Amino acid sequence: MPKRSQIWAWRWTLVLVASALVASGGQRFPKPDFRSGYTVPQYTPPAVQRTATREWLDVGLLAGGLVLAGYFALARRSRRGLWILSVASLVWFGLVRKGCVCPVGSIQNVVLGLVSPADGIPWTVAGIFLLPLVVALVAGRVFCAGVCPLGAIQDLVIFGWRPLPLWLRQFLGMIPPTYLAFAVANVAVGAGFWICRYDPFVGLFRRSGPAGLIALGWVLLLIGTVVPRPYCRFLCPYGVLLGWCSQLSRRHLTISPDQCIQCQLCEESCPFDAIRVPTPPHPDRAAARRRMVYALVLAPVWVGLGAVAGWAAADPLAAKVHPDCALAAELRAEESTGKKEQSWETRVFRASGRPLEQAEVADRDARRRLRRAWAWAGAFVGAVFAVRCIVLGRRSDLADYVPDRGQCLSCGRCFVYCPREHVRLGELDGIRGQP
Amino acid sequence: MNAELPRRAWLRQSAAAAAGLVFGGAATAATRRAASPHRLVWQIDPDKCVQCGRCMTNCVLVPSAVKCVHNFDQCGYCRLCFGYFDPGATELTTAAENQMCPTGAIRRRFVEPPYYEYSIVEELCTGCGKCVKGCTTFGNGSLQLQILHHRCVQCNECAIARRCPAQAIHRVPVEHAHRMKSHAAGVTATWRHKEDGPAHA
Repeated sequence: MPKRSQIWAWRWTLVLVASALVASGGQRFPKPDFRSGYTVPQYTPPAVQRTATREWLDVGLLAGGLVLAGYFALARRSRRGLWILSVASLVWFGLVRKGCVCPVGSIQNVVLGLVSPADGIPWTVAGIFLLPLVVALVAGRVFCAGVCPLGAIQDLVIFGWRPLPLWLRQFLGMIPPTYLAFAVANVAVGAGFWICRYDPFVGLFRRSGPAGLIALGWVLLLIGTVVPRPYCRFLCPYGVLLGWCSQLSRRHLTISPDQCIQCQLCEESCPFDAIRVPTPPHPDRAAARRRMVYALVLAPVWVGLGAVAGWAAADPLAAKVHPDCALAAELRAEESTGKKEQSWETRVFRASGRPLEQAEVADRDARRRLRRAWAWAGAFVGAVFAVRCIVLGRRSDLADYVPDRGQCLSCGRCFVYCPREHVRLGELDGIRGQP
Repeated sequence: MNAELPRRAWLRQSAAAAAGLVFGGAATAATRRAASPHRLVWQIDPDKCVQCGRCMTNCVLVPSAVKCVHNFDQCGYCRLCFGYFDPGATELTTAAENQMCPTGAIRRRFVEPPYYEYSIVEELCTGCGKCVKGCTTFGNGSLQLQILHHRCVQCNECAIARRCPAQAIHRVPVEHAHRMKSHAAGVTATWRHKEDGPAHA
């Protein structure tokens, strides 16, 4: 055993040698010439868990799941089929595959690929982003009902529901487009993937993750027992895109297999308040028209207000959103208090020898881009609000009970409430099902 | 125009057709602009790594998918290894109190005088980076932190990358999924994978 003094001698020799070599940055101690026949082992890194085959398999399974969901929702009209499919999706895409990359998060990969083509959009990610949207253009939001694991986990805990008041639905319904707009803006300016950062369920799928987010996941599931699918309806940014596609979809799930007999039996069947009820036209047509004129005139005002609000919010929040702004703020705080290197970020910056001015320039640049991006995001939110006002004031010529194409998740719960469905299934003779 | 069709249905179908065209056009343009044949995975650039310790605490996995790996080619086989021994060690023995590694994940084996081989027991390593700091500051830097891809779940936003003070974690093409220090023997930037054939310079 070497004595303490020997160790110190070793240590000082090494420190001296080392400090002499610090500047060189190369190999400080030469590779030994072994005389005992020892061969230097080679480090072999472990293989990548997610192979190309597995990624393409997932894209294929997503496509297959979407086709099946469309078949169950439109052709077979089977709630049971959709339920089994959604559980299978929850098990595979959620618990086995553990989340990433999912269509919801892929929005950000697509935006990142578009703003910086050097990063690119991998083909598999492009497929995962586009497939549910394309299917929604053909058959509605069958992705939400049958394939989305985030939807499935919420669907399983639905315990009961009562209709939410319209004002509350409209108010909460503004959250997803806002979330979408600002998440996209943040990706575009290099402030990270906020949709993934605050994904409440991926932690449950992985059975690990930040405690706060896992708690949020459980809270949402708890809320979801009485306010069904809170994430899908009042948060999901991908749902906004799916809703647009579904509004224009070629075909869509119907409540009645053939014709609506206005029996009102389906009225409370939908946990998501997504059934449009026939409403008589506004009695005072002049007033309705005036309201519509207001909505149209105010539309540009909402867009402008949104843009201004986004612009104004960017500066105060920049240090919380963008890493460059956070670093500059920390450096400024250190300069004013005189206590240097209070965090790893500032320590690394100071060690790099770059002038403080460089951090300030990066900060100003990031702030400028953030203001612009958030102004666009705000304008978008304003536009969505304006369109909602116009749509709310629109004269309804609805005679039948139909699913709201934007909101309907195609879960098929309403099928069984429709007497015509029972006629179709041969459980009820046609005469009693007729008006 | 089909006169049989109600006005709203016609409007919707035209809008759908227009949307389809815009959608298809945008998708094509985006594909041409940004589609990439590369599959990407997260990895640490050991040249930028400052061993702050956040790799251990910020990963969504417990224990972290980041571990210390040893590039033997670069190692000096030092008897007094600054990655292995605690700066306050009283003796150069394998006793736990002398070791830098809090979990005893580094194995020290005598090769021939005065050389010792150091190897990492992956299961015990927590990715704290203490040994990497010692080895990088005073040694050859053959110990380095890497994201191990049989553990990493490839979060769409890597929780460590977001908090890395040196911004040392990026997405890299899967063909170069592991990186070693650039001044390592042969200036090879990536490790040779068993199935990959020759590593890229």
